Amino acid sequence: MKNKKDSIYPIAFGIVFLAVWQILCTLKVIPAFLMPSPIQIIKALVEDFPLLMYHLAVTLAESLIGLIAGVLLGLIFALLMDRFIKVYKTFYPFVIISQTIPTIAIAPLLVLWFGYDLLPKVILIILVTFFPITIGLLESFKSADKDEINLLKSMGASEFDIYKFIKLPSSMGKFFAALKISASYSVVGGVISEWLGGFRGLGVYMTRVRKAYAFDKMFAVIIIISILSLLLLKAVDLLQKLSMPWEEK
Amino acid sequence: MNLSQNSEPILEAKDIGFAYDKRKIITGVNLKLHKNELVSLLGVSGSGKSTLFNIIAGLLKPDTGKIVYEGADITGKSGIISYSFQKDLLLPYLKIEENVALPLLIKKEKKSTAIKKAQEMLKEFRLDAYASNYPRELSGGMRQRIALLRTYLFSKDLSLLDEPFSALDAITKDEMHEWYMNMRRRYNTSTIFITHDVDEAILLSDRIYILGNTPSTIKAELKIEVNNRNNDFKLSESFLEYKKEVLRNLE
Repeated sequence: MKNKKDSIYPIAFGIVFLAVWQILCTLKVIPAFLMPSPIQIIKALVEDFPLLMYHLAVTLAESLIGLIAGVLLGLIFALLMDRFIKVYKTFYPFVIISQTIPTIAIAPLLVLWFGYDLLPKVILIILVTFFPITIGLLESFKSADKDEINLLKSMGASEFDIYKFIKLPSSMGKFFAALKISASYSVVGGVISEWLGGFRGLGVYMTRVRKAYAFDKMFAVIIIISILSLLLLKAVDLLQKLSMPWEEK
Repeated sequence: MNLSQNSEPILEAKDIGFAYDKRKIITGVNLKLHKNELVSLLGVSGSGKSTLFNIIAGLLKPDTGKIVYEGADITGKSGIISYSFQKDLLLPYLKIEENVALPLLIKKEKKSTAIKKAQEMLKEFRLDAYASNYPRELSGGMRQRIALLRTYLFSKDLSLLDEPFSALDAITKDEMHEWYMNMRRRYNTSTIFITHDVDEAILLSDRIYILGNTPSTIKAELKIEVNNRNNDFKLSESFLEYKKEVLRNLE
């Protein structure tokens, strides 16, 4: 699908961008206390690498646990709301309302209620990751092909069969689109909840280096977070290719 | 005209009537299907063919009348008669062999046995080369063949086909007719065939019911008697005679 030649453009742009940034810093057009140069950032990254990896492991664990739980919850919500119209009518407004709560506001409360460890972080991640899954799946369950459903019913299919043979497989595309959104939310959600209370994790590291005005380390951790998000997205892509063999290669 | 046969009909529609938004679409439809027979319901667009199809398949409940299958009242019950229509409705996420095996999988047969049966069937119709392809990789005609095999695998006694070939181009359609007649020679499934194509109805059917009027009802019944059903029949004198009679009744 992706042409190798096409990736030359963003790479070239990236290199030019970094070069200009470095030059502006070297020439002191941008003062050092405002912005570190790319080389300083790389130095910080190398220097603090073991520490970053230690915090990364914590954040990654939170993100994965939260994401998996959030996806499962999102799937269960979507199934229940699709299958039982009363469940849909009762809970749908609350699903929407749950997303209007500002994450920043709720995170300290979660810390207050559930402590400084894994639990409040996982809860926050669940809260931000289930939503895209629920909405994406619900919409696509509801738009499943009526003729296909009738045909299966004419063969005596149960509700379970209809989910198994039609609704679930036909929702895979939407599911993975939603999963990509949720996966990137999970990392951001984890970092935010670490800011607001915790002893370990990239968010905690970030707060510390910010308070120490170590902007080079700040950028280093941003790079780590970006890489983590990209890797998660890549993993979702891979999973999608494996689980949708009927799609065009 | 009395064309009733001696044997008990396998399927019978008695005095079927249906209204949609208080507008009567069909009224007083009586029809019979005998074992191993292929009966066509022929009518112009809007003559309630598909409504009747949905009623027989049990997807719609008629306002009056009932559907009797092998002596039992099955009005409004789906899951008994299999059908196929213009859209082949192969599930895009299943391989061809899985699509053919679908009715068996729904009947809770073991997956390996169901797939094996589907593979045997595909082999019998020389379609085994496509067994592990996905539907999108096949042409319209091929997909329709697979859909017909699936219909057959669901119910060997009775099938209901709603314009299965009408989306195909003329050449493919001729090929499909030949293929379908061959399939019927092998499996003499009792079949109700809905179509608006006069030639197709005469070529394939043992009997034709002609639908018409508003609200729609059965205007005429016509028996097609021919020894050797093949594409030559279409060029014969008797075919033209039948066609004249059908067209006279369709007016």
